[in-house]
Amino acid sequence: MALFSKQNREVFTNPLNLDHPILGQVLGICSALAVTSQLKPAIVMGLAVTVITAFSNVIISIIRNTIPNRIRIVVQLVVVAALVTIVSQILKAFAYDVSVQLSVYVGLIITNCILMGRLEAFAMQNKPWPSFLDGVGNGLGYAMILVIVGAVREFLGRGTLLGFEILPKGFYEFGYQNNGMMTMPAMALILVGCVIWVHRAYFYKEK
Amino acid sequence: MSKLNTNSNTYIIIYSAVLVVIVAFLLAFVYQKLNPMQDANVALDKEKQILCSLNIRDLSDAEAHNMYDSLKIKIDSIGEGKDRKPYIYHFKVNGQMKYVFPMKGMGLWAGISGFIALNEDKNTVYGAYFDHESETAGLGAEIKDSKEWQEKFQGKKVFDDKGNIAIGVEKKVEDSKKAYEVDAVTGATLTSNGVRDMLRDGFKQYEKFLKEK
Repeated sequence: MALFSKQNREVFTNPLNLDHPILGQVLGICSALAVTSQLKPAIVMGLAVTVITAFSNVIISIIRNTIPNRIRIVVQLVVVAALVTIVSQILKAFAYDVSVQLSVYVGLIITNCILMGRLEAFAMQNKPWPSFLDGVGNGLGYAMILVIVGAVREFLGRGTLLGFEILPKGFYEFGYQNNGMMTMPAMALILVGCVIWVHRAYFYKEK
Repeated sequence: MSKLNTNSNTYIIIYSAVLVVIVAFLLAFVYQKLNPMQDANVALDKEKQILCSLNIRDLSDAEAHNMYDSLKIKIDSIGEGKDRKPYIYHFKVNGQMKYVFPMKGMGLWAGISGFIALNEDKNTVYGAYFDHESETAGLGAEIKDSKEWQEKFQGKKVFDDKGNIAIGVEKKVEDSKKAYEVDAVTGATLTSNGVRDMLRDGFKQYEKFLKEK
């Protein structure tokens, strides 16, 4: 099977549109709400989840034939937990301020339904390379929503993007005010709802 | 491989034991390699927080470290308690002595902490910085995020005329107490109360040092 055969391309692109983990399956939204009040932690969280889904998928796929069926969930959890701990340690060492902002949510990636879902539904039955593509695809699909929601919330809530002032000072003199509501987690839920609506209305096609 | 019975009890026990040992070694290795850098980050973050309490903000990492070292005179410990030692950081900013007092308290959801800098008279607040573990974003978290709120502490007095600790945070500051108290953060009364208690308990620890002039 070629590396980028049609089948493999579908494995990669499906989670970006048809089987999108957040938009189609509405998985993993708990952390999507918590870390998206600013763009930077949203991007880091998206990348962390992408890396972890991709590599846990590959590892599980490699050892899938040796895993005893009765303890497969435990084995999956151990692999995911190990990867999450490593990523969280790396963040603390190289991106301390972001790791402080993400606080417990890096650790909570373990409980992200996307991860266990992909391991159980895909990596347990497929070879490492397609599993890797599937992991990257799902991770990026998740990251995409985080970035959209994070960008909107930071822009409307604080008037900045990635910490840089975007709105000219003159705006505030005309009476424009940052929308404090946007920094609250509830607005993330509403924004995710809007994104799902737009996606269903314009991009979603039945198989 | 295919002949192995992956469902036998022996296999399962050996498999899980081996897996856990491998993972444990891996994690121990990663932790060992990264720990020095993490400790350095934590130490640098503390230095930055202390600089914030001295109204020196928005420095890059290297600048902050150099600035901290150039201002620091000494670190004193007045601890008499058994398990923790309250430290006092002595700094010289623009030729004047400043004392920075670290504090810990409880917010609404979890711990809060702060650094308060006092002038040479050991009574007037020079600057303040607060940090929290998990206060509500946009409300309680403002004690850390809002520079404006932290700046309201500047010039407040710790002690009233009778020598009682009077510094605080109140929803409604009476005119007679304007010299000591700061308006609470809107919508974050419980976090603000936490800051008030932290300040009062905190300065109580240092009372002896503060009163020897």
